[in-house]
Amino acid sequence: MTRILSRASAYLQALPLTVILLFFLVLPIGMLLVVSFWDYDFIRMYPDFIWLNYDEVVNSAVTWRVYGNTLKYCLIVWALCLFIGFWVAYFLAFHVRTLTMQMALFLICTVPFLTSNVIRMISWVPLLGRNGLLNQTLQNMGLIDEPLEFLLFSDFAVILAMVHLFTLFMVVPIFNTMMRIDRSLIEAARDGGANGLQILWNVIIPLTKPGIAIGSIFIVTLVMGDFVTTRFMSGGQSASVGSIISNQMGLLQYPSAAANAVILLIIVLVMVGAILRFVNIRKEL
Amino acid sequence: MSKPADVELISVTKRYGGTTAVDRITLRIKAGTYCCLLGPSGCGKTSTLRMIAGHETATEGDIRLGGAVVTDLPPARRGTSMMFQNYALFPHLTLVDNVAFSLKMRGEPKAERRRKALEMLELMQMSAYADRRPAQLSGGQQQRVALARALITGPQALLLDEPLSALDPFLKIKMRQELKRLQLDLGISFIHVTHSQEEAMALADLVVVMNEGRIEQAAPPREIFDRPATPFVAKFMGDHNVIAGRLGPDGRSVEIPDGASFAMPAADAAPAPGAPAAIAVRADRIRIGDGGEPGFGFTGLVGIVEYRGQRVQVGVTAPGIDDFSILLPEASFFGAPLKRGDAVPVHWQPSDVHVLGATPA
Repeated sequence: MTRILSRASAYLQALPLTVILLFFLVLPIGMLLVVSFWDYDFIRMYPDFIWLNYDEVVNSAVTWRVYGNTLKYCLIVWALCLFIGFWVAYFLAFHVRTLTMQMALFLICTVPFLTSNVIRMISWVPLLGRNGLLNQTLQNMGLIDEPLEFLLFSDFAVILAMVHLFTLFMVVPIFNTMMRIDRSLIEAARDGGANGLQILWNVIIPLTKPGIAIGSIFIVTLVMGDFVTTRFMSGGQSASVGSIISNQMGLLQYPSAAANAVILLIIVLVMVGAILRFVNIRKEL
Repeated sequence: MSKPADVELISVTKRYGGTTAVDRITLRIKAGTYCCLLGPSGCGKTSTLRMIAGHETATEGDIRLGGAVVTDLPPARRGTSMMFQNYALFPHLTLVDNVAFSLKMRGEPKAERRRKALEMLELMQMSAYADRRPAQLSGGQQQRVALARALITGPQALLLDEPLSALDPFLKIKMRQELKRLQLDLGISFIHVTHSQEEAMALADLVVVMNEGRIEQAAPPREIFDRPATPFVAKFMGDHNVIAGRLGPDGRSVEIPDGASFAMPAADAAPAPGAPAAIAVRADRIRIGDGGEPGFGFTGLVGIVEYRGQRVQVGVTAPGIDDFSILLPEASFFGAPLKRGDAVPVHWQPSDVHVLGATPA
C-alpha cells in the first residue's frame, strides 16, 4: 500500500509540470500541425487534409526569397552578436578584477533590457532618420552632401537594431561559462609558455564553447522568429518569415500561416540541432 | 632534461597592498635538493613558491636560478615548471594533448610532440590512458599526468603547490613515495609546499619552516625536529613541549609566570636576566616518576590520554604549564596505567633540554 502511495506521489509531483507542458507546448503545436492541413476561403476554415498550404509555401519564389533573407539576417546578426558578446564577456570575466565591479558592470549591461523592445527600436529613429542626428552632424561637418539613405528603413537598420536587441543574450551565457573557468588553468597555460593569444585560442575559447552554443541558440531562435524589428526598421521594405506569417494571419489565412510556422519551426530545430551536434552544452544546464 | 640548478632567493619580499605576505626571505636551495616549504596557511609559503615560478612578481629582492637572475622573466622562460594544487589539467584536452601543451605552444610539429608526450606518459605509467580526458581519471592518476606535463619541458627545478592535499591518506603516502623516487631519478630540485610536517619530514632534504612571511628555520628534517630553532618551530613540528618564560637571575634557568623554574644550559650570548627565554623537551624523552635532578621536572595532573598505537600520549597540566604531553611506549603505559586526574611526577635528563631562540626579526 505504502509503495503504491509513494509511486503515486512521484507521479503527482510531476503532474503540474506535465499539465503545463501539455497545455502550453504540446497542445498549441499539435493544433498548429492540424490546422496547417486545413482548407480555407475568405471567411472561414474547413477541417480537411490537404497539402495545398505546404505546396504554396514550397512552390513560391517569394517565400524562398524571404526565407533566404531571414537566414541572411540570422547569420549576420549571429556573427556580430558573437563577436561583440564574446569580447564584452571576456572583458568582464578576465579584465575586471573585483567581483563587485564585475557584477556592477554586468548589471549595467542589462539595464537597457528593462525597457521594451519597441521603445529601444524607436529610439534609433531620431538618430538614424533622413534628417536625424547622425545625418545632420555629418552634413554639418561637411563629410557628406546628401543625407545617407541606408541608415534607416534598410537592411542595415534591421541588423543594427537586432544586434542591439540581442547581444545581451550572447553576453550572459558566455560570461557565465567564462566565470566558471578555473583561473589556475590559465596560469598552467602560461607556465607551459603560452602567450595571451595562445591562451585565448587553446584554453579560453574551447572552454567557452558551451556558452557560445547557448547564446547562439538564443540568437537563432530570436532572429528567425522576429517580425516586429524587420517590419519596423526596414520600413516595410524587407520581409522575414515572421512577417509573412503575420500578414497571412491578418488576412485570416490561418492554415497557410500554420504551414509556414511548421516549416519555420522545422528549420529552427534543424539549426539548433546542428549547434548541439558541435558542442555539448549539457554540463552548463 | 636540462641541468639541475640552484635556486636562490635574495631578500625577497611580497606585499599585497598593505599586507606583507613574504618578508625579506633569503634562501639557497642547492641543485638536486628536495625542499619542503612548511608552515600554517597564510605563512607566505605559497606566495614564495609562486614568486619562484613567476606567477607572482616579487615586490623587492631577487630570485636566481642557476646563477641567472630570473626575477622579471615570464614563467616559461625561467627553467622552472609548476604543478598546481588541483593539478589544473585542461579538461577539454586528452592526456597526451595536456602533456604536449607546452610543446605545442613552442610550435613543435604534431607527430614529434605526440611522441615526446607519450614517452613522458610512459615514464609515469599512464600511457594506457593517453587518449582519455582528465575527468575520467582518479586523483592519483591526475597527479601523474600533471607531473608529466610539468616535466616535459625539462625544468631545472620543479615547483609543487600542495601536491598531495587532494588525495586520501593511503594514496597520499603512495604518491609521496613516487614523488621522492622521481626526484632522485631526475636529480633536479623539487620545491614542495605543504602544511603537513609529516610530509615534509618524510620527503625533504631541506625543510624550510615559515611563519608570518618569514623563515623560522631552514635545515634538514632531523635537525628541525631534534633542534628546533624557535618556539614556533618546536610547536609546529609537534611532539615537543615548550616551556616559555623569562631568564632567571643566574642565566641558567627559565622562570615561568607561576614561579616555577626550570634549569637550562647557559646561553652562548648571555642575555640580561628577565629576557624572554624558552626551552623545548621532546615528548618522548620525558619519564614518569621521581628521580629527576632539581629543575628538570615537576609534578602535574594527568589530563587527556590518547592512544596512538605504538605510543600513548599523556597530557599533563601544572600551574603555568599547559599543553605539556608525554609520549610513552604502549607497553610501559599499560604496565602502569594512568587516568585523568592522577597526580604524577615527571622528569627529564639535562641533556634533553634544548634552548630555543627568539623568532628572527
